[in-house]
Amino acid sequence: MKNFALIGNPNSGKTTLFNSLTGSTAHVGNWPGVTVDKREGKYKYKKENIEVNIVDLPGIYSLSPYTSEEVISRNYILEENPDCIINIIDATNFERNLYLTTQVIEMNVPVIVALNMIDIVEKNGNSINEKLLEKTLGVPVIGISALKEENLDTLMIKALGASNKTRKGLSVIKDEKISSLIKKIEAEYQNKNVQNSLFHATKLIENDEIEVKNNENLVSIIDEYKKDNYSNSEDTDFEATIADLRYQFITNECNKAVKAEKNGKEKISFSDRVDKILTNKWIGIPIFLVILFLIFHLTFSTNLFFIGSFGLFENVPLLFEGTPYEELFYTSEGINSFGVMLQNLVIGTTDMISSLVNDGLVSVNTPDWCVGLIVDGVLGGIFSIFSFLPQILLLFLFFSIIEDSGYMARIAFILDRIFRKFGLSGRAFLPLIMGFGCSVPAMINTRTLADDKEKIATIRVIPFFSCGAKLPILTAISGAIVTQFGLANADLITYSMYLLGMIVAIISIILMRNTIMRGKIPPFIMELPEYHLPQFKSLVIHLWDKLKHFVKKAFTIILASTIIIWFISHFAWNWSFLEDAELNQSILSSIGQFIQPIFTPLGFGSQLGQFGWVFAVAAITGLIAKENVIATFATLAASLTAGFVADDALGGIDSVIEMINATGINVPGLIAFIAFNMLTIPCFAAVATAKSELPKNKFKSTILFWIITSFVVSSMVYLIGTFYWTVFIYIALIAVVIILIYLYNRRMNKIEKGLN
Amino acid sequence: MFKLSEMNVGETGQIKKINGSGHIRKRLFDMGVTPNSMVFLRKKAPLGDPLEITIRGYELTLRKDEAALIDIESVDAKL
Repeated sequence: MKNFALIGNPNSGKTTLFNSLTGSTAHVGNWPGVTVDKREGKYKYKKENIEVNIVDLPGIYSLSPYTSEEVISRNYILEENPDCIINIIDATNFERNLYLTTQVIEMNVPVIVALNMIDIVEKNGNSINEKLLEKTLGVPVIGISALKEENLDTLMIKALGASNKTRKGLSVIKDEKISSLIKKIEAEYQNKNVQNSLFHATKLIENDEIEVKNNENLVSIIDEYKKDNYSNSEDTDFEATIADLRYQFITNECNKAVKAEKNGKEKISFSDRVDKILTNKWIGIPIFLVILFLIFHLTFSTNLFFIGSFGLFENVPLLFEGTPYEELFYTSEGINSFGVMLQNLVIGTTDMISSLVNDGLVSVNTPDWCVGLIVDGVLGGIFSIFSFLPQILLLFLFFSIIEDSGYMARIAFILDRIFRKFGLSGRAFLPLIMGFGCSVPAMINTRTLADDKEKIATIRVIPFFSCGAKLPILTAISGAIVTQFGLANADLITYSMYLLGMIVAIISIILMRNTIMRGKIPPFIMELPEYHLPQFKSLVIHLWDKLKHFVKKAFTIILASTIIIWFISHFAWNWSFLEDAELNQSILSSIGQFIQPIFTPLGFGSQLGQFGWVFAVAAITGLIAKENVIATFATLAASLTAGFVADDALGGIDSVIEMINATGINVPGLIAFIAFNMLTIPCFAAVATAKSELPKNKFKSTILFWIITSFVVSSMVYLIGTFYWTVFIYIALIAVVIILIYLYNRRMNKIEKGLN
Repeated sequence: MFKLSEMNVGETGQIKKINGSGHIRKRLFDMGVTPNSMVFLRKKAPLGDPLEITIRGYELTLRKDEAALIDIESVDAKL
């Protein structure tokens, strides 16, 4: 079977074309750089019974070896010898897209140029003469619309035709001196039997890093040529000259094929008008904040537009009272947001299924442990994931609309100035802020970060932006602190903890960027795509892709871990099955007792006496889903205090108070416990996502980073809160760390300078 | 002659030379920021940096630091 490679600029519609050709559902965004690795799929043309393997290469602007995407694409073409290269070009952004083409056609590979979005060019009243362009470039050219699937079969038939012939590389450089130098160097490569000699020769003259490294002996020929033929050393900057010559070819030759409708003055496009408002000097940032607030509000609020704040719903009888759906549309608090409605729908349904399965199993006399395993372990585990799926998907939908419309690139544009201070670029903002909703989509979103170090640092701190599932921990414990110790105000504590998470995130990033993740702040040279209305089709594809991804994980890693935790919390060491209320006899509780001492510096360890292990156990169950932390308190309260029944309406505050009474934990210990849960290893779903998004060798160190950060910060909270004088020790320690980093940086800077 | 970072919003200029080295310089070439091309400074971000320029018929954003590498020859202040 033949191999065709898709190559083109980022945001040129390459992934859309790939999806249309192969029927695949890869994610597309109006954001440069969505495809990071190469992907393969099969194209089938039934009429002629043709099957071709299509390889989608990452979007690149050039074949220079500066980014990993460029290296992947370049190596693929040079080493895997595809039968044909389909070079996709955004016809609405003709000049810059052809720059890559001028390099591709230097290789001895059959090439076909696909002018994508030709329908939009025509709609704007312009046209491109394909025949003329074909003659200029020396390769077949065809106009297509990847989105509307126009002309795709013709493209593939032409590509097949091209792949049957051999092709010799062509140079577009029209400058006598440079052309003769290229010929000279090309001959050297041919003597060494190097394939694609023209491409290599041109790259060497362009001072290409890889090429120069591999052929140092040829560089002297170029230097000599410079001396003999150029009197002014200013003119021997071949890197600039060749870039200029390529563009000269495009503007002088290729542009002849373009017929633009000139109306005298340029129309102010829809895109320009939208942009004037969204990136306005004064209201640009406020608008962005309002949009961000609305997204979270529509996804997570239980008091939509604050209508309920006037007490309108306090006495309204619930719809479907007494059924699992009674809180579907509104509660006494107010109207539910769309996200909460969907969530309640899912929870109501899964609760009903659970109880039906439970009743069914009990009626056929299934043993208790088996009912527990199926209902609480398996179904409970899967359903707890499904319960937050609607909100994750909704959040995703909103963010894909932002991405697809072209606004995401502007957000990066607006915020870059602020984020540069922390050693990140403006692009990192979205994944970070998404963390307040859920770490899973947030981590997936880091794909849009161009720089590897920036990406790793971002993924590591995303969990510190406390997600929706951690909120119950915050509200229950701070509620209990206020009730039990009469301290401050619960909202104030909650708010301070959110703030603590963000501060730790910022400090971690600054620390990482100054030590292990050293490196220049990545340059911010980015295309700002035209705004357009999001495509329904690509949104559906996007959501479906996420859903599939997530469900796959739910049924593998997450399910396995929940079953294990269910098992160790419902069995004693002698393999006898335990009721929920007997959790204190379980394997899990003895593990809790075993690891209890390590939490002593954090305030919830050995000093709490015989029941101190409950906090360790709650932290472990929190790994499945952070909602479990408070649920575990409720279960443990029932097993420790006879007759205790948690009141759902209190949101766990009563359970936490029971724990406080049983263990005698102090306020700093409780705050440290919140901090620990916020900063430590996130839930399994997030861990699994981090694993697939991080580079291979960075996963273990990331887990370690989470553990260390949570221990350091929590112990600091506890120790300073309990023994105020320890603050001086910490100040001294921090001073030492700052000095060490400063010295380290100075030394590294010297070394780096020495290298240059 | 002055630098792109010193241009005013709404001005058009012709690029004379790209200074700097390595990755950033190459990236600028790849994006169509080459000697002799015309560049129009569209706007500045709300906080004054980065900049948005129109070059070769599309919009590109870059920081002032990067724009300071670009020498501009003539400037035409008409819109």
